[in-house]
Amino acid sequence: MSLTVEQVKVRNQELIEEVLEVYPEKTAKRRAKHLSVYEEGKTDCNVKSNIKSIPGVMTIRGCAYAGSKGVVWGPIKDMVHISHGPVGCGQYSWAARRNYYIGTTGVDTFVTMQFTSDFQEKDIVFGGDKKLEKIMDEIEDLFPLNKGITVQSECPIGLIGDDIEAVSKKKAKEFGGKTIVPVRCEGFRGVSQSLGHHIANDTVRDWVFDKSEGKHPEFVSTPYDVSIIGDYNIGGDAWASRILLEEMGLRVIAQWSGDGSIAELENTPKAKLNVLHCYRSMNYISRHMEEKYGIPWVEYNFFGPSKIEASLREIASHFDDRIKEGAERVIAKYKPLMQAVIDKYKPRLAGKTVMLFVGGLRPRHVIGAYEDLGMEVVGTGYEFGHNDDYQRTTHYVKDGTLIYDDVTGYEFEKFVEKVQPDLVGSGIKEKYVFQKMGVPFRQMHSWDYSGPYHGYDGFAIFARDMDMAINNPIWGLTKTPWANS
Amino acid sequence: MADLRQIAFYGKGGIGKSTTSQNTLAALADLGQKILIVGCDPKADSTRLILHAKAQDTILSLAADAGSVEDLELEDVMKVGYKGIRCVESGGPEPGVGCAGRGVITSINFLEEEGAYDNMDYVSYDVLGDVVCGGFAMPIRENKAQEIYIVMSGEMMAMYAANNISKGILKYANSGGVRLGGLVCNERQTDKELELAESLAGKLNTKLIHFVPRDNVVQHAELRRMTVLEYAPDSKQADEYRSLATKIHANAGNGTIPTPITMDELEDLLMEHGIMKRVDESVVGKTAAELAAELAAVQ
Repeated sequence: MSLTVEQVKVRNQELIEEVLEVYPEKTAKRRAKHLSVYEEGKTDCNVKSNIKSIPGVMTIRGCAYAGSKGVVWGPIKDMVHISHGPVGCGQYSWAARRNYYIGTTGVDTFVTMQFTSDFQEKDIVFGGDKKLEKIMDEIEDLFPLNKGITVQSECPIGLIGDDIEAVSKKKAKEFGGKTIVPVRCEGFRGVSQSLGHHIANDTVRDWVFDKSEGKHPEFVSTPYDVSIIGDYNIGGDAWASRILLEEMGLRVIAQWSGDGSIAELENTPKAKLNVLHCYRSMNYISRHMEEKYGIPWVEYNFFGPSKIEASLREIASHFDDRIKEGAERVIAKYKPLMQAVIDKYKPRLAGKTVMLFVGGLRPRHVIGAYEDLGMEVVGTGYEFGHNDDYQRTTHYVKDGTLIYDDVTGYEFEKFVEKVQPDLVGSGIKEKYVFQKMGVPFRQMHSWDYSGPYHGYDGFAIFARDMDMAINNPIWGLTKTPWANS
Repeated sequence: MADLRQIAFYGKGGIGKSTTSQNTLAALADLGQKILIVGCDPKADSTRLILHAKAQDTILSLAADAGSVEDLELEDVMKVGYKGIRCVESGGPEPGVGCAGRGVITSINFLEEEGAYDNMDYVSYDVLGDVVCGGFAMPIRENKAQEIYIVMSGEMMAMYAANNISKGILKYANSGGVRLGGLVCNERQTDKELELAESLAGKLNTKLIHFVPRDNVVQHAELRRMTVLEYAPDSKQADEYRSLATKIHANAGNGTIPTPITMDELEDLLMEHGIMKRVDESVVGKTAAELAAELAAVQ
């Protein structure tokens, strides 16, 4: 039995009213602004976003430190990122988000290592600047091939007024002009990890770009230089993207920041075009490069063959015929491969419905990939999206889609219970809740330890993984013993 | 043994808290009371007159050297001075770094856990100028000081500070048991000082427990790093401190919940006593040149 669009809209609207009923009046009033049903033709999703979560609800959000250390800076592989403050934030952000990289860990790359200043009571009382200096000295001694250091501030740093900028400047000078970046990403700043992205972007501007003039004189520009911005190489995503750009004739001079290096960041202002995948976390630096260096930027989407095709053409449109022909060549080359993937999985997945709740770009970007498999996304929302994300979402979602911003644990459970999608895509905290409800689930932050999902190669894996989750025979074997008696 | 009494001295910076408290506590020691002084000021000068020296080994400096406060023993930080008065200084960071407030919390927790208060009649906290953050409010929180004595004078800013401290006490008076013990006026020889102090005490729902006259002997004693009680026990000033000590000793359980007043009320109080003239609203924010121009225009 399938509902008409109008019936779905009514059902979703009732569902929103139902979840709001359990809240106290004030909370209900505030949450109501974050829940909506998309109306075709509208230019936004009719939800408020980037607003402080309400105490008492279970939000899925992170903090500014998570945004800087965990997302933007952490994957820069040849720098050491110090989690500056008490040990917990460092411990729980250890090993990054599966940002794959090439290098010898502990020698010239450091991503999966964890450096923390492990603040003690005395560091709070007397300040941590001296300790920070000592840590930098030790890093310099123990890891001489490091290409720089960032200081990722945890909450107490901002409270006790440590001068990490002065320490960074002093040590940079002592270490012969090495890049040392103090990042004021204290967790209490802002309403989610989103401000951490912004702060981290600003530190690239102030502490990398503004200090890197004249570095890398050996760099020779070509007319086809592009930088990949906002791909964190989760499970190798950036690599699967890079090969397509290279195949069409472009030269990728930097990856931001998955498998990225400080030299790549420093060379980025020499790019002819910045191609931006995660708009949310890196639009700030892209805009800056446009204003200061005149580098245009273009958003793209490498999930699923339809969007990849459109994106390759869009990127190629910024270049000459050689690249445009290259794009067509790449599209043609992969078309039969993608058709084979679709032929294999579409019959198993067509008509299946999906509800998503993810971070910066995936709540909209992956919709096309599902649609390529004949699936339908019936609900979506962002942890930390802003209004411009929800505007962009309108290009993807269908009439009547349920939209939930900064969804609470309760709302998400209730929505899934009532909508009964065939698949939920969200994070590790949500995974077991839904699996215990008997709903197939895929982690859409970490790709559930699979991936890549970007690019043509990624789509084959994506299709396989979704099939594996939804058509897993386990769902037919689970029983509720008390229901039978 | 009588119950432990915990008191604290607060007041504007430079008002003479440390001097007043040490002289008063010395007088209490003379009465046979067993006393522990807890200095809660990063300057660590709350026990200087009792010990004849500035305490070098503060809790926090020793803790920093040892690694953490858990590595310290009570004997490491406790010094004994005049008439067996026990002294500890919390200490703290140099100005401009770290978090002194957290230091106060750390120190007081350490002392309590180590049993520093066992077998004492009095614990007295001497806290720096303003209650700038939660850390410096630690001594007035639940199960700490029962009575607060505010050292003040007839100066506007000292009275302003006294009113602010009352707000801090009021905040914790309902959740904990802290009360305002009274005001101690340390004479600055401002106009109508006694009258003003009594008036303010009335407004704050407390009393002026003692008016300590100004006397140079305090200065002479301080230069010798001594209390007046020790340096010149027969002086009139020593008697003043004895009198204050006796009043505090008899004041157990007589503390009140303060009723802080607004800035306007405080200004009204000064005007009532003719210390301040009513502000002419038409001149607020005008420079001398502007006022001269206006005057010229009228003429």
